[in-house]
Amino acid sequence: MILALLLACVGLLLATSALAVGIARVKAATPVVYTLCLLASLASCGAAIAELLRGSAPASVTLPLGVPWLGAHFRFDALSAYFLAVVSLGAGAASLFGLGYGRHEAVPARVLPFYPAFLAGMSLVVMADDAFTFLLSWEFMSLTSWALVMAHHHDRENVRAGYVYLVMASFGTLALLLTFGLLAGPGGGYAFAEIRNAHPPAGLAALALILALVGAGSKAGLVPLHVWLPLAHPAAPSHVSALMSGVMTKVAVYGFVRIVFDLLGPPAWWWSLVVLALGGITAVMGVLYALMQHDLKRLLAYHTVENIGIIFIGLGLALAFEAHGMEFAAALAMTAGLLHVLNHSVFKSLLFFGAGAVLTATGERDMEHLGGLIHRMPQTAFVFLVGCAAISALPPLNGFVSEWLTFQAILLSPQLPSWGLKLLVPAVGALLALSAALAAACFVKAFGVTFLGRPRTEAATRAAETDRFSRAAMFFLAALCLIVGVLPGLFMDALAPVVHAFVGASMPVQAGVDWLSIVPIAQSRSSYNGLLVFLFMVISGTLAASAIHRLASDRLRRGPAWDCGYPDPSPVTQYSAASFAQPIRRVFGTIVFRAREHGEMPLPGDMRPARLTVELHDLIWETLYAPVARAVGFAADRLNRLQFLTIRQFLSLVFASLVLLLLVLAIWP
Amino acid sequence: MIVDLAVQGAQMLLVLALAPLLTALVRKTKARLLRRRGPSLLQPYRDLVRLMRKEVVLAQTSSWLFRVIPYLVFAAIWVAASLVPTFRTGLLFSWSADLIAIIALLGSARFFLALAGMDVGTSFGGIGSSREVMIASLAEPAMIMVVFTLALIAGSTQLSTMAGALLNSAVGLRVSLGLALFALMMVALAENARIPVDNPATHLELTMVHEAMVLEYSGRHLALIDLAASLKLLLYVSLIACVFTPWGIGRPDAGPAALALGLVSYLGKLAAGGWLLALFETSIAKMRVFRVPEFLGAGLMLGLLAMLLLFVSRSL
Repeated sequence: MILALLLACVGLLLATSALAVGIARVKAATPVVYTLCLLASLASCGAAIAELLRGSAPASVTLPLGVPWLGAHFRFDALSAYFLAVVSLGAGAASLFGLGYGRHEAVPARVLPFYPAFLAGMSLVVMADDAFTFLLSWEFMSLTSWALVMAHHHDRENVRAGYVYLVMASFGTLALLLTFGLLAGPGGGYAFAEIRNAHPPAGLAALALILALVGAGSKAGLVPLHVWLPLAHPAAPSHVSALMSGVMTKVAVYGFVRIVFDLLGPPAWWWSLVVLALGGITAVMGVLYALMQHDLKRLLAYHTVENIGIIFIGLGLALAFEAHGMEFAAALAMTAGLLHVLNHSVFKSLLFFGAGAVLTATGERDMEHLGGLIHRMPQTAFVFLVGCAAISALPPLNGFVSEWLTFQAILLSPQLPSWGLKLLVPAVGALLALSAALAAACFVKAFGVTFLGRPRTEAATRAAETDRFSRAAMFFLAALCLIVGVLPGLFMDALAPVVHAFVGASMPVQAGVDWLSIVPIAQSRSSYNGLLVFLFMVISGTLAASAIHRLASDRLRRGPAWDCGYPDPSPVTQYSAASFAQPIRRVFGTIVFRAREHGEMPLPGDMRPARLTVELHDLIWETLYAPVARAVGFAADRLNRLQFLTIRQFLSLVFASLVLLLLVLAIWP
Repeated sequence: MIVDLAVQGAQMLLVLALAPLLTALVRKTKARLLRRRGPSLLQPYRDLVRLMRKEVVLAQTSSWLFRVIPYLVFAAIWVAASLVPTFRTGLLFSWSADLIAIIALLGSARFFLALAGMDVGTSFGGIGSSREVMIASLAEPAMIMVVFTLALIAGSTQLSTMAGALLNSAVGLRVSLGLALFALMMVALAENARIPVDNPATHLELTMVHEAMVLEYSGRHLALIDLAASLKLLLYVSLIACVFTPWGIGRPDAGPAALALGLVSYLGKLAAGGWLLALFETSIAKMRVFRVPEFLGAGLMLGLLAMLLLFVSRSL
């Protein structure tokens, strides 16, 4: 029943996509398509949340589609329900935003048909219950999002982004294909139910884990497989960027959880080592990359990489605890990771919407050309500020809750018996703390340079507040940031069935705790109450304000900025994004990016301006990808000669390869 | 319940009342160590009153956020300071935010203050903010490592439970505690903009960090920010006192006599803390800005080492 409803929603999305192909040239197409998407997303979001709260048994259905002897299996359990809720929540918000934002789209025919199809693809992935359907939906999701990345294909950068994305997506799917091939075995049991029951031997499971990490990790953006993400996510229209960053990466996390926690069987102790190390490196590298950016959307995309790292730290801890039979600790760690999935999808969508609003208002993504937008776009500035505070893990907003839970899980880990983990987990804890602090630095920069200060260009001076649909979507998400932040217990309780299905335990029920606090283990150990912290801040802020307005002078005068007596009217004298990041670049970048500064100072009398150039190296690209790309290019150049042979040479080539193949067959035992 | 509420209220007012006094004590001691007479202990209170009475001069380019931030910063730091046990553990609301949340509240305050530095669009504000976040990006993880160390020893991240556990003689002297104390003191110096990281007394100098950030503030806004800075100093001294020298602090079931003892011992610890800080500040020179990362990196490594020791053996 529930599955029929959800599949009907997917069907509606696909029908919308078909409709969009027909009517894309009509002016009314934009509102029609986005309204239909909004309705379908709302319906499936409501159904998924209801199902998650009701906690009924998994429903499954087999449709006579796809491979004849297999059919298309769909199953809807607690994990699917949770991720579908996250996907459709993000999709709903993006569709609402799109109602306003889509009007500014230059070529709607390149966006409208693919947008609903992309939503449908993501929903199908989380419901698929056999390898074939899963991979097909996964690839459908990748290709439709690729088409959306290529929406503005006249920009050379976007073409490159699309190319890198396509290569990496195929690579990831290939890894997943091999994972399922290994798991299904020679018998070809591709249904997840069969894979779940056939426990693979240890070596095979290990190989499958690595392949799943490569496959799902490349889509999620784990370092060093993240290279496509900061290129592709910003290239798409902003609401699609929000979906790709906030939602599609979560579908990848779903793929990882489904394969590793569900299909692979009980984990070996060393699996968590790999996942934790990758997660820690990803978290810190993501935020360091983000700090070096001055393109607002690219900065946000790199931040997605960081948050994926945080999620994988939570999941890695859960694996470690599960492997050592500490179910309650595993439940805590997994709840932390999964809660961060929701949190990140909410604030990252919000931030991308904000960047989209800025892009519409000014036509600029480069922060160095913005500034002072808080005066002209006060509402967008406010919600963007909420998003920045939430992603920087500041209480009482939602980002802090999931990081706090992850920290609590780390504090349980000295009880782990294995030495590898004993040494790795503290280091990962330090990396997590470092990434949280750097994230705050990064968002001071993002908000400060974009919205505060004085406008740096004419475009920023002329910006105007964005339309009401976009604002509605952003205010909705900002409210959600606060709600999850002050009432985290409700959301943790909703996660209980999801976690219980995989680690065999769930966290204590939070609904009954006094004052709506959250208590992961015991009151004497740790507790946090976002609601009270929020109320205290409101009360003490109000107390201070009222006391001051009663007792102190309320005179106020506007004057020129003080700036130590030498205010400069030119906006160039402000701190820019690059200069703001300079101290951090000097501290961390000299090692991580081999950052060098070259100053060029003309001699006295010379009228040329002095110049400071910064040299940054993306070492991951240069050491890992560039050699591969060069090798492929080299091989392609060499093989290209085969295209220009004479007919005799072609015939001898065919003959030689035939002989070679026969020889191989003859020698094969 | 009523008593608990009264104690919590008393603590909120106490920290607010004592914060300028601690700042004054540090200034006075520093002056005396330099053979100067120094300002009276009441001077910070007078300064606050004077600033409150003055008009606010706002830069033309400043936004609404600039006017809201002093209240936000003050609220966040005041809430954090009222949740750190001073003269009695087991405060009514101490469970609503554990030590990690208190650190994060201070992080919120810093986040907004750094934004205020960017708001007017001057180069001084920008330099202050950008250096502040650089310092914080190392100080905050170091602080979290200290918290982890203490939490692993005490088995809790609640400050009240921590103080109780460390009062217990079974904890004893530990290598990890010593390392954590060093790391915490380094972080406290950096977070409060003290020498050798920043100089609270300088103005109009390129090396300043905190003062550059709040350069555009005046009048009541500046008063709030100064009060918040004093509160933060008090918070860190109370934190060190509560965790590393918990002797004399009142237990949750303490009677009036024990509370009085707790109060007296707290005042004594504050005075000692202030005096030590002044002594340290007079005996050391300020560092160059880019030496600060090395200083704080050492703090981070000490914290990490302390935590690693506890992972290796629970008794170190």
